[in-house]
Parts: sequence; C-alpha cells; structure tokens
Amino acid sequence: MLAEKYPEEVKKIFAKYPPEQKRSAVMPLLYLAQRGDGFITKAAMEDIAQLLEITSTEVAEIVGFYTLYHDKRAGKYRMQVCTDLPCALRGADKFLQDLCGNLGVKVGETTSDGMITVEEVMCLAGCDKAPMFQLQSDEGIEYHENMTVDKTMELVAALRKSGKEVK
Amino acid sequence: MAHLLLRHRELPDIGIINVYQKNGGFEAFQKAVMKMKPQEVTEVVKASGLRGRGGAGFPTGVKWSFIPNNIWPHYVVANADESEPGTFKDREIMESNPFQFLEGVAIAAYAVGANATYVYLRGEFWSVAALLDEKIADMEKAGFLGDRLFGTDYSLHIHTHLGAGAYICGEETALLESIEGKRGLPRIRPPFPAVYGLYGKPTVVNNVETLTNLPLILEKGADWYKALGTADSAGVKIFSLSGHVNKPGNYELPFGTTYRELIYTYGGGVTDGRPVKAIMSAGASSAIIVADDKALDTPMDYTSVRGLGADLGSASVIVINDSVELDWVINKTIHFFKHESCGKCTPCREGTYWMLHLIERIERGEATKENVELLHLVAKQMQNKCLCPLGEFSTMAVTTAIERFPADFNPSTVGGEHG
Repeated sequence: MLAEKYPEEVKKIFAKYPPEQKRSAVMPLLYLAQRGDGFITKAAMEDIAQLLEITSTEVAEIVGFYTLYHDKRAGKYRMQVCTDLPCALRGADKFLQDLCGNLGVKVGETTSDGMITVEEVMCLAGCDKAPMFQLQSDEGIEYHENMTVDKTMELVAALRKSGKEVK
Repeated sequence: MAHLLLRHRELPDIGIINVYQKNGGFEAFQKAVMKMKPQEVTEVVKASGLRGRGGAGFPTGVKWSFIPNNIWPHYVVANADESEPGTFKDREIMESNPFQFLEGVAIAAYAVGANATYVYLRGEFWSVAALLDEKIADMEKAGFLGDRLFGTDYSLHIHTHLGAGAYICGEETALLESIEGKRGLPRIRPPFPAVYGLYGKPTVVNNVETLTNLPLILEKGADWYKALGTADSAGVKIFSLSGHVNKPGNYELPFGTTYRELIYTYGGGVTDGRPVKAIMSAGASSAIIVADDKALDTPMDYTSVRGLGADLGSASVIVINDSVELDWVINKTIHFFKHESCGKCTPCREGTYWMLHLIERIERGEATKENVELLHLVAKQMQNKCLCPLGEFSTMAVTTAIERFPADFNPSTVGGEHG
C-alpha cells in the first residue's frame, strides 16, 4: 500500500495538483510503485486506482502506454541504448551489437546474474554525446554519454560489485 | 557575443541562485509583478517578435493574447518533453541555466494571470526534474515563488511533472492529457488549449527555450531583442547540431547564420572530411535537404529554410555525409514514428505500419520499383489527413528522400549493407 509505505512522498505528490484532479497523480504514483521491484504489480495498480478513485483498467492503460513503466520483472538495471538516427550516425548500432556480444545477451535479454537487461530505445536527447544510454533502475534514471564498450563494461563491473554488497 | 540563453558558457555558476541574482536574475520578474500590468508584459513580448522555439514558430505574445478573461483559473505549462531525434537544447538550458528558464515560466504566468504552472519533462529527464525541484525550492525560500509575491496580491507556484517515455506528449494537447493522468493522445482542435486546456481551463503551453528568452526581453526591451535576428526571425536561436560533424553540440547563434557556417565554422566540419550529402533541418520530422552550395549558403531563419522545401522547426540540424544512403536514413525515421504513433487516428496508425513494412522490404534488398513507389504513395496519402503533427512529420523524410535522392532507391542496388 503506497500511502502507508511512502506517506510523505504520496502527500507531496497530491499537493502538486488541484484536490479535485487527483487522477493527475497517477504517473508519479506509478514511479513510486515501481520502486523496489522495478516493475508494477497488479495489486499496486489496484491500490493506485483506489487512491485516485479511478478503475484499475485506467491505471493499467497508463502502464501500457508509456515505455518507462514495466509490468514484468527484468534485470536490476535496464540499459537502454539509443540507436535513433543521430546516435546511429555516430556508431550506436555497432556499439549496441558489440555491447550485447560482450555481455553475452541479445537485445531484450537479461544477463544470467540478473543485473543487466539490454534494451534498444528511441531518442534520449543525448544526440551529440552518442553512443549513449540511460540506466533505468527502480530508483530512477541515469544518463551515460560518450560511451565505449570498454567504459560500459567497467560500469557493469562496478554495478555488479555494488549490487552484491546491497544483497 | 556573450550567450543570452546558454549563459552558463560564460558564467558557469549561473545555476546557483545568488550568482543568478548577482547577474540581474529575477529583476525582470519582480519589475513585471510590481510595476507592470499583465497586458503590458504581453505587449512587450508581442513587440519583440519572439516566436515559439519548440518547432511551430508561432508568435509567443499573440498566443498569450488568446487567453480569455472570463474563464478561470488560467494555467501555464512549460513543454520540456524534448524528444525529437536531434534535439537536445532544452536539456542543456534546464541543467545549466535553470533559473533563467524558471524566471521565464514565472513571467509568462504573470502575463496570463496564472497562479499555478507545470513543467512537463519527459520521463527520461529524471535527474533534470530533481534539479528543477531543488531550484524551485531555492526560489520559494528567496521569495520569488509562493503567496503574495513582493508584497502584491500575486501568488505563483511551479510544479514539475514527469512523463514516462512517449514522444507524442510533446504535442501540446497530448501533453495536457498526460498531466491529467491519461494516455497521451492528442485532442481534436478546436477548441485550442488557450480556451480549453489543462483541466478544461485556459492554458498557455510554451517551449523551454521560448520561455528562457523572456527575462532578457523584459530587461532589455523589445527593440533590442528584435535587432538581434533577421526581419522575420527575431532574436537568437539554439541550433542542436548532430550526426556527421566533428563537433556536435548546441550552438546559440543569431538567426540568419548559414548552414555552412554552422557545420564548418562552428561544427568543425564533416566526419572523416567527407562531403556533406544531406541535411535534416528540424530533426527526424524534417524534410531532407540536398546539401548543395545553395543549401549550405542558406541563412537559417523561418522564411529562408522554407525556400529549400523544409522547415526551421526546432532547429535540430542532423548532418549526413556521403557514407550512408538515404534509404537507411528513412528506415531509422520510420521506425521511430511507427514506435511513437499513439494509434488514435487511422492515417498515422496504419500509415506508419505500412511504411515500416515497405522500408524493411527495401532494406532486405527484396524491393521492386513498385514497392518504392508504393512507399512514396502511402506517405503522400497520409499528408494533411492526420489528427496531429506526428503523423505528418513521419512522412516528410520519406517523400523528400525518395524525390530528391532517387539514386538511393534504385531497386537493383538498394538495401543490404550501409553506413
């Protein structure tokens, strides 16, 4: 239950919108629901629906429409590589291919230790610093720009190390 | 000339509130609230000739003047959804010169009588939103946001709202739907947001770069601003330069700078010293320009770019050298628009689907001449039939690439390895 789990944050979210427009809180609440597991459960959607006095279908359609919400578990980190035109002109397709080779996964797959899911995404407004990707975790999103495969593998090693410490 | 929008290039600490204040920050907003009527602010902006920097180029002051005074409350929404491939200017402004942008939001809000404003950021700008939240808190603490500002009756609050990955939310009515907690589907217009906007109330939606101009216009005056650009394009513009150039990045330049100057003088020339083959003037939604001498010497302003059969748009210039073929380029743009089509209107939903199938067949080297013609026909038939600009945008690169670079679509040579 979000309201019990994160009372301060839920209060802050509701304060942003007019009291009669509670539904506006659905997007920030979904980000909150994604915290922890990195995906949104059916139960969480129902909880949000109740908080906002809308149907759980109306919540689910938001999850389905927007690409940064997930209804399935993936790796602890989603490595979302942009291969749109400007990035591709700077070698992003090859970067993604080589990265997958180094990690031993195909696009959409997760490394065997459950740490990294590699995804191919649309423009991230980092065109001048390609190859680049964002790292989406349950806590938020972080940009990594002007990347090489070597630099990325170093980052992966660091994430693996810190991930183990957390667990 | 010192930067007007990217002021952090000269003043790296301008994102700290007292540094911003020391450099004249918030004086324009304070002057507006204490000494000017909202209508007077609108008149100055109208006289400055400022046009929307998000792509449409609509005169900002005129947009504000459509807000009716018999329906309340009013809202101002800053469009920080920046998702057009090739566009990365608003992000730099918000990250490095956040107060000038937020002061611009405040000035727009005062001009149209809004007490609540939202900054709608694309979800990927997670850390930018966190930064803006801090800066908004700084402004509240310093008395530039909150209730009864500067001892007047005027109150103002700015809130951030994060999207979650949908290009369509850059379209202003889809953006408003998204703030309302719905899928980002564009509304049928009219009514326009100026009358029926956020929560059905009069709303101004302005782009980040547009708003960032406002403090300077108020401080230095409409005539000063107008003198900076060309006859039809007042002021300065940030050009996002990407693709095959040695020094990609944001360049704040007066309108009227040529493509040649942007690419060779500022951008350090073309990758691998190869000739520039094509230019996209407004990101992935742009018509594709043949980069001959005439194009390279064209001044970048709203009217001149139109003379090349393209638009200035958001001024996101993608440079393409002769190492790639245009069929590969439109394969990329079609994939983008197919993915981002919201599915509400049939021409865009079905059109992007069929364009994707045809270009993939071309890329596999299985296309006939008829397939290329059909791709062109599908794109042509979508034009002027879509509910919002996204559908129209998806066709621009397709039709112009096939028309202007026919050799790249020769069925006997097309497809297979590129780039």
